[in-house]
Amino acid sequence: MAKVIIYPINSLILSDLVERFGHKPLAMMEKIKDKVNTVGVDSPPLNITAEEPKKGLKYAAVEVPAGVRGRMSIVGPMIDEAEAAVIVNEASMAFGCMGCARTNELTKYLIRQKEIPILEVEYPRSEEEGKEFVYKIAEFLKSLPMESRS
Amino acid sequence: MNNEEDIITKIVVISSDSVLPIDAAMKVYESENAITIKETCFGTMVTGPRAAVDRVVAELRNMDRNHIFVKERGFHPGDERRCRAVRGGGPRPGFHYLREEVQMLPMIGKALDAYDQHVPPAEIHRTDKIDVKKLKDIIESNL
Repeated sequence: MAKVIIYPINSLILSDLVERFGHKPLAMMEKIKDKVNTVGVDSPPLNITAEEPKKGLKYAAVEVPAGVRGRMSIVGPMIDEAEAAVIVNEASMAFGCMGCARTNELTKYLIRQKEIPILEVEYPRSEEEGKEFVYKIAEFLKSLPMESRS
Repeated sequence: MNNEEDIITKIVVISSDSVLPIDAAMKVYESENAITIKETCFGTMVTGPRAAVDRVVAELRNMDRNHIFVKERGFHPGDERRCRAVRGGGPRPGFHYLREEVQMLPMIGKALDAYDQHVPPAEIHRTDKIDVKKLKDIIESNL
């Protein structure tokens, strides 16, 4: 079972496909769960403190906006942990609700810098493209080792 | 990890012609008593200890494997930081994203069916993006 980071990082479809084919998805939801449910809240309601941008410094320079660094404090460790990656390019919903285009760019850049198996697919806009999308992701996930490296 | 940390919530999205959210809810009620569920417009949310939730989710998936999708959720159902009842209405944060993906699920379900039947995807001819030089020529020709 490989740890597969997905982009967009909170995608239902990607998270489901990774789990369906026997791997562990590294997604935003689990990290947020740790943040919001850990007892001992420093700064209610979301437990995001001034420490987060400092942790984000490992991934983004100091002149980068605090919002990017704050987000990278959650996304960055996921990238460090990843053993493989699935990136969907031009996903329409990665714009807007995902919050920050610069964080998205940095996330994709850092994933590409890592020497791990990466699959990049285009966002499907028709049924035929959907079939190709699922086929590529399924074949990629099946090619990954089932035993965890760690 | 103590028990309190081990409580998780999973969103089960049902995009099936044969399974309704209520069927899924009944299945959950039958199988486990350690978990709570919330029926929603797109499926159900299952909350409980990780092992129990995983077991139930596996059962739910088997009801219509290629048309039921699952992801974990950060907040528990009814969490005041997200629940609409407390926030004065309006879609909860994250709903728009989920709705966008739910619209794609019939397509993904069909694609999974095709993959299971070993149907190779047809070759797709994507139109190339217009060349910058060509675009410049078009702009200049209109001047």
